[in-house]
Amino acid sequence: MGRNWVLAVCAVCFATTATSSEVGHIKVAKGAAVIQRGIDKIPAVAGMKIFAADVISTGADGAVGVTFLDNSLISTGPNSVFAIDQYIFDSTTHVGKFEGTLKKGTLAAISGKMVTQVPESMRIRTPSSIMGVRGTEFLVKVDEVPALLGR
Amino acid sequence: MNGFQNLLTGICAAALLMACAQAPMKPTLGDELVVVLPGAGGKIGGVVVRRNDTEQVLDTPFAASRIASEGKPESVSLTPEQVHNIFSATVAALPGRPATFMLYFLEGKDELTQASNAELANVLDEIKRRPEPDLLVTGHADNVGSDGFNDKLSLARAERMRDLLKSRGIAPERIQVAGRGNRELLVNTGKGVAEERNRRVEISVR
Repeated sequence: MGRNWVLAVCAVCFATTATSSEVGHIKVAKGAAVIQRGIDKIPAVAGMKIFAADVISTGADGAVGVTFLDNSLISTGPNSVFAIDQYIFDSTTHVGKFEGTLKKGTLAAISGKMVTQVPESMRIRTPSSIMGVRGTEFLVKVDEVPALLGR
Repeated sequence: MNGFQNLLTGICAAALLMACAQAPMKPTLGDELVVVLPGAGGKIGGVVVRRNDTEQVLDTPFAASRIASEGKPESVSLTPEQVHNIFSATVAALPGRPATFMLYFLEGKDELTQASNAELANVLDEIKRRPEPDLLVTGHADNVGSDGFNDKLSLARAERMRDLLKSRGIAPERIQVAGRGNRELLVNTGKGVAEERNRRVEISVR
């Protein structure tokens, strides 16, 4: 039983690595900034490839800017966590899907070709809301929750 | 009876304590803010902010919505200075906007026109200006020929462009190619109309 479970987990791991290919590139990296990819934490540097399911985390002096395949641009400011939940782009039809979550901190975003093709194919989540992007430049800020009692 | 009541109170208190220990308080959410900027191209399609059953459309420059930890999204008005103060470090980290170049091809061929051969020099200059450049090369066809033929022809044009860039010293792993066929006509023509301006390759340098 335990072994089956391990096998199932491994199958999922292989399935994700087999299908992943880059969805964008880091163009700007400042201060403390890491890319969480599965269990790995990789320091963010300009030129690095970004994959779907990567999570960008920045420290107090950190910031990261990413250009995606469809010309969508995003940047995260200091003390931020932004997860790329899903990114698909068909460069022939321009149909795609970009879902990301700003867990805390700040985000600047400029929509790209997929939103020109299909409005709201880019969606940004925050802890409370979902933003459907119809083609624009916008900013999002999520304040950190004050520390809970006893922590 | 009094004893029974005390026991009940005791059980309730214990249950409450256990609830506190096992399931921490439902976390409250921090405040959130969404601001729409004036687009570089001057057109704003906007952002739709959805929370539970509420929906708010932000589609004018500096339109903003504040979502307090409890309650509905509220419109707020912010001056450009206030927005700058909150987001300056974030905006400063945005990558350079992609620069777009159009190069044109001879009819039915994957060869550039003379003027576009010259434009290639501007593309190379732009690549040099960028710290970690990558390129999206998208080929287009005009409305002559079948859709399938145009998909192939437009991709062949993009690949030809990649080879050209490669021969000028650009690493091929920095170049992605795509063929859009006749899906994005620059000049809208009927089927079978030869149109020079539609036979093009768009290069995004980013």
